[in-house]
Amino acid sequence: MEIFVSQIMTGLSIGSILLLVALGLAIIYGVTGVINLAHGEFVMLGAYAAWFLQTQFGLGLLASLVPIFLLLALFGWLIETLVIRHLYDRPLDTILATWGIGVMAQQAIRLTAGGELRYVQMPESLSQSVNILGATDSAYRLFILFLALGLFALTWGIYRYTSFGLKLRAITQNRAVASSFGINAGRIYRSTFAYGAGMAGLAGALVSPLKSVSPEMGTTYVVDAFMVVVLGGTQSLMGTLASSGILGELSGYLAFYSNDTIAKALVLLAIVVLIRFRPQGLFTARVRA
Amino acid sequence: MKSNRRSFLKATAAFGTVSLVGFPHIWSKNSSLAYAADGEIKVGVLFSLTGTTAIIEESLNKATIMAIEEINAAGGINGRKLVPVVEDPASDPATFAEKARKLVLSDKCVSVFGSYTSASRKAVLPVFEKQNNLYWYPTLYEGRECSKNVIYTGAVPNQQQDDFVPWLVEKFGKRWYLIGSNYIYPKEENNYCKKLLAELGAEVVAEEYVPLGHSEFSSVINKLKAEKPNVIFSTVVGDSVVALHRQYHAAGLDPEKMPMASLTTSENEVAAMGGEAAAGHFTSAPYFMVWDSPENHKFVDAYKKRWGGDKVTHFVSEPSYFQIYLFKQAVEKLAGSDISPTAIREAVKGQELVAPQGKVRIEPENLHSWLWPKIGQCQADGQFKILKQSANWLEPSPYKAYPNQHCTAEGLKQS
Repeated sequence: MEIFVSQIMTGLSIGSILLLVALGLAIIYGVTGVINLAHGEFVMLGAYAAWFLQTQFGLGLLASLVPIFLLLALFGWLIETLVIRHLYDRPLDTILATWGIGVMAQQAIRLTAGGELRYVQMPESLSQSVNILGATDSAYRLFILFLALGLFALTWGIYRYTSFGLKLRAITQNRAVASSFGINAGRIYRSTFAYGAGMAGLAGALVSPLKSVSPEMGTTYVVDAFMVVVLGGTQSLMGTLASSGILGELSGYLAFYSNDTIAKALVLLAIVVLIRFRPQGLFTARVRA
Repeated sequence: MKSNRRSFLKATAAFGTVSLVGFPHIWSKNSSLAYAADGEIKVGVLFSLTGTTAIIEESLNKATIMAIEEINAAGGINGRKLVPVVEDPASDPATFAEKARKLVLSDKCVSVFGSYTSASRKAVLPVFEKQNNLYWYPTLYEGRECSKNVIYTGAVPNQQQDDFVPWLVEKFGKRWYLIGSNYIYPKEENNYCKKLLAELGAEVVAEEYVPLGHSEFSSVINKLKAEKPNVIFSTVVGDSVVALHRQYHAAGLDPEKMPMASLTTSENEVAAMGGEAAAGHFTSAPYFMVWDSPENHKFVDAYKKRWGGDKVTHFVSEPSYFQIYLFKQAVEKLAGSDISPTAIREAVKGQELVAPQGKVRIEPENLHSWLWPKIGQCQADGQFKILKQSANWLEPSPYKAYPNQHCTAEGLKQS
């Protein structure tokens, strides 16, 4: 029973980290159609921002979350204005450009902050473990779980119930028609890109106390994020939620009953088989052609 | 006009100097002179400054460069300056081989100091064996290698485990959980560990490998909770070590009941995971930064002065440092015209040196080093407390897990 509960919690925890990392990517890809290979580096920059705010200004992790979101959103806004804007409708070029941005971000961090692993302190109030139905779990992991769900709800709310979200959905369906109704597609794209980058930054800051912070950390996250988005369906927020939950529980269980190496291989195999038979992913938004 | 004439004169003078210095090379029939020409000795420095293992290899590069600078500041080797040729192999084994070839063939380095991972050492090995050059490898590794062209100054499994494993069994118990990264080094270390445990009548409850770079350990932690082993024997490497310790700590597990015993956690990794996540766990290594010896105080002070007060020294940077001094001792015994990789290899056999960790010696048979294993427990301040040091220096036996194989000066012998 105890192990059963901890296994479910483990799956949820892995899933919540996947959700955090994938959310930004899903929004950017779902709306603008840009395959952002620099997404992992946005996550990495968020982690470094947390480290920087902590060591230079003595700011705790919780207090730095809002500044980190704003910083990364600003960074995303700049990237969109300077680079991405000129490359819409040229998918291959955006892949190359965002990959280049990622490489530059990695090297810039290596040159300024150095190559060594960095340390971000876990908030004091969340460093204990808590008891759930006889199983102990880290309070910080629970915090990430709730925060990830909260951020998802917020994003969903914006998407569903605000006029910004309405414009967003209109553009996703048909950019030309939406523009002819007076929607400024350029501005919406820019805000979306900034929001997605900010989310990635938050993800990086939040995982930094559990994992390690290094210039190369982004590469593993970008792969995980793409896995979630591909499985969930590229234009469906609900799909992202569901697929991160499924992948989290699946890899948690497989790793428990075999080991992490096998779990990783089996999960990837399952995704390959699934997209062979369902290329659009598990969930699809109904879009009129 | 004036300036033109001046630069013309300068250029002519420069050309003249170059040809004066350059000429003897062309006519020199004695090719070994090329290794120690112009009062200089060229050596290669081959540590990754970019890519995944740059995190650690940067510090090895720094320790190497510092030793070379110290030797040059003190007058060089018999009046000859050491000239380091630094290359960046970018954490990629194929690039390691390519850069090694360049250092040996076109730069004519008489020795190359380099490598952290076994993969990169295996990649450069054919280059050094074919050109009969000399590679100096400072990292602890899995053993089971017998090359006449590599000087090994790091520990092999018997040197890290012979004291450590029985000590842990006695202190904590006989149920062991082995966890490592999925590649050759952890598998060979565990292979030797299982032999020791079998002799001690201890039990291996699980042996598990995670992918390199893995950072999600919650399923592993659930297994630890279910199995409740007495000792977690960890050969997880790199940033995975950091993730494992932090998640172990966050899950509320207790190092007093279920300590992690590691062969790979140094001051470097502890700085990244934070003292609170590392405190209470054990590491076995020949060197710790806190080791109290005059040679070590001198090394640590010089390192911090040269590279910054927040930098740490650790059990791979220390051999990177002292092996340059071993090189110096070997070359000192040779006349200028005799300096060659093979002559240096013969000269370094049996050389002794008081390193920061204690007195080390190159074993003439297998070119590995006699070292001083120590057991350290990590403290909340990020440094280790040394609990035990071996009573004597320990012989390197790279084939200890394979009793019918022996590494000798003539090569690998089967018996």
